[in-house]
Amino acid sequence: MLTAFDKRLLNILQTDLSFDSRPFAVIAQRLGTEESIVIERLQLLKKQGFIRRIGPFFDSSKLGYIGTLVALEVETDAIPAVATFINAHCGVTHNYERDGKFNLWFTLFSHNRKAQDEMLDSVRKLAGVVQLINLPATKKFKVSVQFNLS
Amino acid sequence: MLDELDKKIIAIMQDEFPLVAEPYRQIADQIGITEEELLERLRTYQKSGKIRKMGAVLRHREIGYAANALCAWIIPQERIQEVGEIFAKLAVVTHCYARDTQPGWPYNFYTMLHAHNREECNAIAKTLSEQIAISEYIMLFSTKEWKKNSMQYFKEDNNHIE
Repeated sequence: MLTAFDKRLLNILQTDLSFDSRPFAVIAQRLGTEESIVIERLQLLKKQGFIRRIGPFFDSSKLGYIGTLVALEVETDAIPAVATFINAHCGVTHNYERDGKFNLWFTLFSHNRKAQDEMLDSVRKLAGVVQLINLPATKKFKVSVQFNLS
Repeated sequence: MLDELDKKIIAIMQDEFPLVAEPYRQIADQIGITEEELLERLRTYQKSGKIRKMGAVLRHREIGYAANALCAWIIPQERIQEVGEIFAKLAVVTHCYARDTQPGWPYNFYTMLHAHNREECNAIAKTLSEQIAISEYIMLFSTKEWKKNSMQYFKEDNNHIE
């Protein structure tokens, strides 16, 4: 269970880890505690699985990548093999089975259009793939996975 | 433009962040640059928007957000900007994109919703729908997670070098 202190700590940590020599001391000061306590607590929360990752979140397009969302209609029996093939590609960040006609959805980041086309062509050719639709974004309004713990 | 050192820094910053008093010093040592050099580059990325935020991603299932739904909408072209701005302000919406349609797939707008369970996701979508007075949407609940990662930028480039 998360303590009240953990929740305050995680609320800050989700957005405000600073580029200072001792970033955890900065957080400790805001929480009115010691740097060593913040570090110990974070080690525990990480170990317990509450924290997936700590680090910078990059804007993929500003690093020169193009992203897209891809939906597949896959024969049920073929889903594990198709999903495994997709997972092996390092530009794939999310791959979910979902309810509905299009039952496998993944997000893909590529260096350029040609690399994206090649990846999608190889998926189209897999056994059991009935249909693939590519749904590139035309406008991004929000990307911010942030949870307010209270 | 990004130089080789930028790519090295960006790749290494996606590894496990050291939970020690001076994490940036440890990372800088690994790269073979000074801590100040590293911090200066990171601040520059933040200023130019290459870094959107610096911090933690939580495992939403573990913190009680067990359900996630991709909610796909049909929004008239002339209302996309307006609806996008409304949805972007709401905390329950974590991702919000306008996207191309495809033959047989008329949905042109996507929101990612996180909630404690499916019923709550459905209730949120209904509220959003009423708020914009548009009722054409579909809930795409996930039934299995095959992969969920943060993007490993420039990792493949480093592999080529080795």
